[in-house]
Amino acid sequence: MKRFLIYSLALSALLPFAAHAEDYVLTLKNNQFSPKVLTIPAGQRIKLIVKNQDATPAEFESSDMNREKVVGANSEIVVFIGPLEPGSYGYFDDFHRNTTTGIIVAK
Amino acid sequence: MLATLIIVFREVIEAGLVIGIVLAATRGVPRRGLWVGGGMAGGIAGACLVAAFADVMADMMAGSGQEVFNASVMMIAVLMLTAHNVWMAREGRHIAHEMKSLGEDVVIGRRSLTALAIVVGVAVLREGSEIVLFLYGIALAGGDSVLSMFLGGVMGLGLGGCVSALMYLGLLNIPTRHVFTVTSWLIALLAAGMASQAIVFLQQAGLVTLLPHVVWNTSGALSDASIVGKALHTLVGYTDRPTGIQVVVYATTLVAIFTLMRLFGHAPRSPERRNKVRRDACNA
Repeated sequence: MKRFLIYSLALSALLPFAAHAEDYVLTLKNNQFSPKVLTIPAGQRIKLIVKNQDATPAEFESSDMNREKVVGANSEIVVFIGPLEPGSYGYFDDFHRNTTTGIIVAK
Repeated sequence: MLATLIIVFREVIEAGLVIGIVLAATRGVPRRGLWVGGGMAGGIAGACLVAAFADVMADMMAGSGQEVFNASVMMIAVLMLTAHNVWMAREGRHIAHEMKSLGEDVVIGRRSLTALAIVVGVAVLREGSEIVLFLYGIALAGGDSVLSMFLGGVMGLGLGGCVSALMYLGLLNIPTRHVFTVTSWLIALLAAGMASQAIVFLQQAGLVTLLPHVVWNTSGALSDASIVGKALHTLVGYTDRPTGIQVVVYATTLVAIFTLMRLFGHAPRSPERRNKVRRDACNA
């Protein structure tokens, strides 16, 4: 048992989950993301939580950041982003790619 | 309607290009239509399942279920494509050079066809589940635009199918003696692109943190978001802003496939040839 604990601890130290990443939240409601412009630190990996408060599924997608993930109706997802160079990065709901968009600014 | 058309068109092209390559690589193999069709049917059934359980999957593995699933099915496809290339390096050369009995052809075909049917299934599964979710969203949203959006979907399906068919017909024009080389390269590049995309999913899930920085940016010249960029993304894994780990995985996959083809790809000698060698040895 003791040995198991030691192994588990050693293993968990190797896992990348432990790497620190700050939390940021995007909310999708009535097919609009808020905040419209989200500012994050450049050069750092961040943890983005996308909350879908609509009754239809969406897909958080960004060609600029090379990310895509389905967000079910009334649920939330986590996406790790970056580290990004300073600049502005567009994203959209792939199911409404022309109308449901937003920007992430890395500073 | 246009929005639906474009989305369905994009997804269909992605799966269609993979199917086109598989069809080109199995040219002349008996009953390949059955296997490819089976792969497509399995992929569509899987897509509906994936769409239905999208929420459950997202919650699995501390919210990383989607990425782990995507990365896993893509790595399965990479393994199948690699296996196909190695088998073809072994058998393909003398298929091209000798007339084979029908029985032998079927045996050679079956193993490779199973692998390629899985690849087709995976491609349809991934792109199809997005279409299913999207159409489900439209149906939920209701309104009088439903009919026009479904029309858009059907047109997108038709157009995407046409583009894929054109690429396939283009591949058919390659002279027979080059077919083996060309399809080997297409499949190797397809596999490398899939492996590099699988790594992106693991990065997105926070499971891979190695070499996360973008190495170069060619979005000005050819954007991932454009139709051409997206098609190249599917075919050869093009991405306008690759991270370090993506470049490493891409290169490693290509080197691994060609090394394995070289190591295990030597065609076994045909029985007549072996007997001849034995006779020559006795005479000497």
